[in-house]
Amino acid sequence: MTYVIIGAGPAGVVAAETLAKTDPGSDIVLLGGEGDPPYSRMAIPYVLTGIIDHGGTHLRKTAGHYDALGITYRQGRAAGIDVKGRKVALEDGGAQAYDTLLIATGASPIKPPVPGLDRPGVHHCWTLDDCREIEKLAQKGAEVVLMGAGFIGCIILEALVERGVKLTVVEALDRMVPRMMNETAGTLIKDWCQAKGIKVHTSTKVTEVAEKDGRLAVVMDNGEAAAADLVVVAAGVKSNIGFIDGTGMKAEQGILVDEFLRTSVDGIYAAGDCAQGPDFGGGFNVHAIQPTSTEHGRFAALNMAGKVTPYKGSLQMNVLDTAGLISTSFGDWEGGKGTESAEALDRDRFKYLRLNFKDDVLVGALSLGRTDHMGVLRGLIQNRTPLGLWKARLMDDPHRIMEAYVAHAYA
Amino acid sequence: MLKALNIDPGKCTGCLQCELACSFENEGVFNPSKSRIKVFNFHDQGRFVPYTCTQCDEAWCMHACPVDAISLNKLTGAKEVNDNLCVGCKVCTIACPFGTVNYNSATGKVIKCDLCGGDPECAKACPTDAITYVDADWTGLDKMRKWASKTDAGQQAAH
Repeated sequence: MTYVIIGAGPAGVVAAETLAKTDPGSDIVLLGGEGDPPYSRMAIPYVLTGIIDHGGTHLRKTAGHYDALGITYRQGRAAGIDVKGRKVALEDGGAQAYDTLLIATGASPIKPPVPGLDRPGVHHCWTLDDCREIEKLAQKGAEVVLMGAGFIGCIILEALVERGVKLTVVEALDRMVPRMMNETAGTLIKDWCQAKGIKVHTSTKVTEVAEKDGRLAVVMDNGEAAAADLVVVAAGVKSNIGFIDGTGMKAEQGILVDEFLRTSVDGIYAAGDCAQGPDFGGGFNVHAIQPTSTEHGRFAALNMAGKVTPYKGSLQMNVLDTAGLISTSFGDWEGGKGTESAEALDRDRFKYLRLNFKDDVLVGALSLGRTDHMGVLRGLIQNRTPLGLWKARLMDDPHRIMEAYVAHAYA
Repeated sequence: MLKALNIDPGKCTGCLQCELACSFENEGVFNPSKSRIKVFNFHDQGRFVPYTCTQCDEAWCMHACPVDAISLNKLTGAKEVNDNLCVGCKVCTIACPFGTVNYNSATGKVIKCDLCGGDPECAKACPTDAITYVDADWTGLDKMRKWASKTDAGQQAAH
């Protein structure tokens, strides 16, 4: 049996390791598209802050890790799939035959249609190569414009601030982290950043990145402009699925997979940021987050190896540190129709907690300025724990969430 | 045989010796807020419940870590954080459905129970045997694990 995995991010690596454990003796080929050994994009901001060197981003630290498990690591980017001949065509002209295939090609940053984004000095912060360019340009005192204050933008923001640059952030929507934080929390994060000396423009679009006197000049639709030594573009990501054209594989935002992580094509599975899989909250969604990618990788591998294991769906969750202000969001954090919410807000101390319930079950949560026992929010949501009497207590004081959890854990 | 912390809330008097012992052993200070074991006070019932990591088999924290900074100590069964590798991204703190991994903003790293390398100070400090360190097979932790495994998340992980 030859298993081939396209993509050496967290989903691909966990899948390869799970296959090695579940089906020992099989051939496992892990295809990586970049020059570096398998690494974590999530860790790049910590290279920029100097906490780790480039090697610190590597997903596995032990020398010979993949060889020891019988995993063949091969460099190559997929150009297409010959579904009938069961072969992956590679961009370098080569091919890789498979019996069972996992697509774990991840996502790529979106380049918005803004003139001037091809200029030198404009970078995404997505790959270790991007990281190397940013390290050169984001020197102490340099002027930097960050396009996009979403989740990824805010992680990079933290790193840029730590490097001592003069930072301007431009976000098209009305608050920071709009896809993870509601208006209350997103506005507090903006206030926090501004108090730290970061210029934040919300509800503002960059209309052009021009060049003036040998430097970049970022033009905004609110009439302002900012000179820059570096522009970092973090305007969202999209699943890497272009190469499946012609296979007939069903895809929307990502490649559609069922509860066994199977695509619509026989013998092909998908996992991680490129996969649109079962959502714990219902339906099928792309959850481009670390926990989902590793869960997808593990479940896909088990099913590929014939160990039938249904996946109950991924839960959207994020944790973010924006220049020292820590925020989390879980599940249905917005809370809408059919949900009840408990809120506690201390604006002056940048503390906020919102719990969303459906009947007496927690379905979503948001927090600012809290770092203790945050995981129980996931536990309570994903276990669908009926909170009974505790629901009323939490409506009264949401801070008692950990007590509610412990009371049920020992019930 | 692996040993595990056995917690019997019925015996806990809320003296917080475990929290002091834990914070002193691991952080060098007598400061309950830095303890990895936490005693919850249900004052309306007169009940105290010590709570910490069960070193669960699922090891959500370990699998979620993007930089391989959490690993299994094969001798103790503990999932241990390697401070040299931890970047402080906090993904493990939201991935652990038991809420037993916390971020320490003073160090920029996460902290969790590591069973003190096989000689847990909380158990030694407990004057009433509410916390004991015993053979894993007969601990009350099974009760919590069962509670976890009957859930969706637990069933997923059990495979």
